[in-house]
Amino acid sequence: MEQKEMIRIRNLHKSYGDLHVLKDIDMKVLDSDVVCLIGPSGSGKSTLLRCLNYLEKKDSGQILIEGTEVKPDTHDINKIREKVGMVFQHFYLFPHMTVLENVIEAPTHVKKVPKAQAIEEAKALLAKVGLSDKADVYPSKLSGGQKQRVAIARALAMKPDILLFDEPTSALDPELVGEVLATMKELAMEGMTMVVVTHEMSFAREVGDWIVFMHDGRVVESGPPKEFFTNPKEERTKEFLQTTVF
Amino acid sequence: MPSFSHFFDTLFSSSDVFIRAMLLTLELTVVSIIVGIVIGLLFALLKISNIKVLAWISDAYVFLVRGTPLIVQIFILYFGISNLFLLPDFWAASLALAFHNGAYISEILRGTIQSIDKGQMEAGRSLGMSNSLTLRRIILPQAFRRALPPLGNQFIIGLKDSSLAAFISMNELFNVATTLGSNNFDEMTYLLIVAVYYLILVAFLTIVVNLFEKKLSISDR
Repeated sequence: MEQKEMIRIRNLHKSYGDLHVLKDIDMKVLDSDVVCLIGPSGSGKSTLLRCLNYLEKKDSGQILIEGTEVKPDTHDINKIREKVGMVFQHFYLFPHMTVLENVIEAPTHVKKVPKAQAIEEAKALLAKVGLSDKADVYPSKLSGGQKQRVAIARALAMKPDILLFDEPTSALDPELVGEVLATMKELAMEGMTMVVVTHEMSFAREVGDWIVFMHDGRVVESGPPKEFFTNPKEERTKEFLQTTVF
Repeated sequence: MPSFSHFFDTLFSSSDVFIRAMLLTLELTVVSIIVGIVIGLLFALLKISNIKVLAWISDAYVFLVRGTPLIVQIFILYFGISNLFLLPDFWAASLALAFHNGAYISEILRGTIQSIDKGQMEAGRSLGMSNSLTLRRIILPQAFRRALPPLGNQFIIGLKDSSLAAFISMNELFNVATTLGSNNFDEMTYLLIVAVYYLILVAFLTIVVNLFEKKLSISDR
């Protein structure tokens, strides 16, 4: 069976003033795939990811989410964001709410899910990320890894079709990276469509279905991980992989 | 200098009048703070909106209020507007104080709203929440909490500023003190007494603000 195209990007350009950060990006993300965006700092991968849920405005080109294009500055943006969840490098949990309140906030206020039902679903999600016992604590009490798992549960509570991860483990102490990657791997195995900006090469190789290597605002090379990591074609890719720790 | 026994005798014998005046001072203060918070929030939101004209209106308001003495503002409202619209004296005084406090409160709130990490707005928006919903549910609760210490300070200033309502014949604390003082040829005793009442009110206000702070800081513990 052919996989549905969840995201399609054509000729995407984006500049900050004179700085051309995304240059003619073409990319697609298929249903249930995990696409890993890798590349050196400043290569434009986070900007590209943020364009996908309109946190950054594109200059030109096309972004189709499940076949539809969203006009900027309309209510459609909120609708699209219900389908495209996002997990940030710095978590951005709501500090004035408990873990459970963080998770039910958007379902109850955006989708108008009845509170009792939202709580039940939130508890199931917290169990899934292994944090059932933390439902009633405030984020300030959690470790970085726990915060990020709550952030994942919070994104999942909106039942998105696609999840975007912006360097989800880069702000974590090394010993906490594993628990977050394990949660992400579990999601991938359940068939969640994911786009992940990451420096974790072993995660990209093991969990990724498709690797996109960016440099200087362009997609330099992309392919399935096996081929990409063992037999890179572009000189720039080879250089990058040589300097990267696995 | 008045003797201690004279001070305490006068303090007790005048307590009826002063307690009535204290209640009026408290009313003026509470109304002007509540209305001031509403005005302040409105102008803070105008200031941070991306619409230039609105931000400019907010700037102009803050400039006018901070640039003129409170007593001038009270007189303008009292002799100008309250005569035109038959505003009762209490409301002329309260609104003048609210209008004045609002400018300082708007600057406090603007500062704390802008101090909330940009990521909080992005997190809300990325969950499908609208700009205004994120502002209301995510940004403002955090901003208010952060604003509480400077707001408490502003409330105390507002309480003491309410003494200027004496000049439009409100029988609040200061007016009562000066009137009784000159009637009895004993200004110093009544000024010392009124200072005690202000101290009591400020202590009360401080306790209320501290309770709020404690309640709202529950997420830090």
